[in-house]
Amino acid sequence: MADEKKPRKGLNLHRMDMPRQDPKERIKNFNEVALGYTAEMAIAEAERCLQCKKPVCIDGCPAEVKIPEFIKLVTEGKFIEASRKIKETNALPAICGRVCPQEEQCELVCVLNKKGAPVAIGRLERFVADYEAQAGAIEMPELPSKTGKRVAVVGSGPASLTVAADLALMGHDVVIFEALHKAGGVLVYGIPEFRLPKAIVQREVDYIQKLGASLHCDAVIGKTFTVNELLSEEAFDAVFLGLGAGLPWFMDIPGENLNGVYSANEFLTRSNLMKAYLFPEYDTPIKIGRKVAVVGGGNVAMDSVRTALRLGAEEAHIVYRRSRVEMPARNEEIENAEAEGVIFDLLTNPVEILGDEKGWVKGIRCIRMGLGEPDESGRRRPIPIEGSEFDMEVDLVVMAIGTGANPLVPSTTPDMDTNRRGYIVADPETCKTTKEGVFAGGDIIRGSATVILAVGDGKKAARSIDQYLKTGEW
Amino acid sequence: MFRVVRKMEWHPTITELWVEAPRVAKKYKPGQFIIIRMNEKGERIPLTVVDTDREEGTICLIFQKVGKTTFQISLMNPGDAFMDVVGPLGRPTHIENFGTVVCVGGGVGVGPLYPIAKGMKEAGNRLVSIVGARTKELVILEDRMRAISDELIVTTDDGTYGMHGFVTDALKQVLDSGEKVDLVVAIGPAIMMRFVSKTCEPYKVPLTVSLNSIMVDASGMCGACRVSVGGVTRFVCVDGPEFDGYQVNFDELMKRQQMYLEEEKKALERFKKEHPEAFQGVC
Repeated sequence: MADEKKPRKGLNLHRMDMPRQDPKERIKNFNEVALGYTAEMAIAEAERCLQCKKPVCIDGCPAEVKIPEFIKLVTEGKFIEASRKIKETNALPAICGRVCPQEEQCELVCVLNKKGAPVAIGRLERFVADYEAQAGAIEMPELPSKTGKRVAVVGSGPASLTVAADLALMGHDVVIFEALHKAGGVLVYGIPEFRLPKAIVQREVDYIQKLGASLHCDAVIGKTFTVNELLSEEAFDAVFLGLGAGLPWFMDIPGENLNGVYSANEFLTRSNLMKAYLFPEYDTPIKIGRKVAVVGGGNVAMDSVRTALRLGAEEAHIVYRRSRVEMPARNEEIENAEAEGVIFDLLTNPVEILGDEKGWVKGIRCIRMGLGEPDESGRRRPIPIEGSEFDMEVDLVVMAIGTGANPLVPSTTPDMDTNRRGYIVADPETCKTTKEGVFAGGDIIRGSATVILAVGDGKKAARSIDQYLKTGEW
Repeated sequence: MFRVVRKMEWHPTITELWVEAPRVAKKYKPGQFIIIRMNEKGERIPLTVVDTDREEGTICLIFQKVGKTTFQISLMNPGDAFMDVVGPLGRPTHIENFGTVVCVGGGVGVGPLYPIAKGMKEAGNRLVSIVGARTKELVILEDRMRAISDELIVTTDDGTYGMHGFVTDALKQVLDSGEKVDLVVAIGPAIMMRFVSKTCEPYKVPLTVSLNSIMVDASGMCGACRVSVGGVTRFVCVDGPEFDGYQVNFDELMKRQQMYLEEEKKALERFKKEHPEAFQGVC
């Protein structure tokens, strides 16, 4: 009896830290903040895994990664094999290892999390994927013979890249259509270099092209081609819509169209995709605020505020209407922002953006908030405190309060249903829309979420598309 | 790649390029626009399409050289290629037989006006066109506009050609002539469109304007192009570029067009040092 209660021999609760760039240095550059494990660190961390007989961590992973198996390979120093083990179910390990909220998924359910020290699954995933790439050992899996079926994949974010990879591996011809000039969707326009280096995204895109998928950039579906044209004139047998949730929301308060007010999408796209941080070497300009306010509390808000600092802002604020515990951003990102000197104005909500006579932002009028009873999201509802308005002096405002569905594709596909909020109606298990031959997944069916949920949809959609192409049954 | 196949210089500050872009040529409808990116380091800018040759798979662009990018692309010659051409974007013009349509173009705004005017004529409208410029050398597309118009009035601000005055002076004459005008379409600098709106107002004639705002993706993703129309924020790229000329907040539009003035100046000066040849004849 007593023996059973003792911790197992070798139970190690020292979760290995991952080295990061020093905050004082890193706010002067756009290089990746996290530096990744060394081989020794990875092995030491992997050895902490208990190799549970019933690995609950796998249930916690939308991409069904064989977590204990890959970790076992890490303990044996078989890093390349470990990476390939992950890729059996997830084509994007270097990306997911960096931007997945593991603390809410695999690491949340890890048995060692009961002791507060889950195995650092994400860091290990990232390590093996990078190791494989650096070793130049990216393996080309054997491709089956061609089925002759053609699938159009619209968008090139995480859902689309996963669908494209899986369908190519099933022998289908895949053509990816991307509206921007570069593939990767939110991974290239949204997530900054310091959190996800673009070379890594490019590596994954290259890999998927090597699997046989072809990529057409500059193709805005809904404009350049409609979905119906893809199915008729362009002769595709099926279409997958991985459009993302790309329509920026504004607060609808006075002053939002002043010069110096950005949507987070625009601010990040200018910096990330267009490389405006290298202006005038690159042609796209971006405004560098002296005092910047970023409105919102999610990962996009953290990305924006940290970008503003790196561009050269003297002071960068997060203005968020609830308190720190309700912030939707990953804790790790909030901590990174704090370490970099971001000022958090919590329980604060903008009511007006103030401008000068030339139309430029000069401040932001805010109201203090209190917290009431929990709302539909389960978080305590913010309530304005009457008479508590005050003005903050700022010269740049970034609205990072969320994004919605872009109507471009739905409005040109009248026989496909959308819901009240404009998202495409799709079966959560099969990703089938209400239009035959058309599938959808990722943010466009549920609203802004995570990379890994999009990957999960991509996997389901690929299986379901394959089934449809084989049987012709809808 | 999107190769330039023909080039014509209208003026030291105005260039016409015909560019291979078969997909755009096939789908383009009057009123729409494209986004171009010249090279890897280039910015994405919207340009209007003046004409298409579907058989050749080409589109015609006419642009004024105002900033680094437009000066840079004016140096392109047949054989050179754009890295990206995206489109056609925006909503097409609503074309039908309204009766009499007056098309008003100022400066290079006559470029995108031409296909709309042509569409209006083909739909059976009586077409009155007003083409204006600061001075004689800056008048473009006069012959092509004349060929499709029932009546054409050319104006110059300095009186060096045609009627001495602004397009609004000519427009007022037409509206005062007693002829029933069913629609006015105006494209040009924001300030011109604002005055066209003021001119038309007493006559209560429907007015469509086409806006040229700053854009990045031009597919509704960034909101750089937002403008107040009837007090509501709209995106020029997906909700426009055409709006009811009485509802547009031109003041806000003009201020927003100035957002990067400082950066544009810096980039242009830098480019001028590297490529003085692009500025020949430009004062």
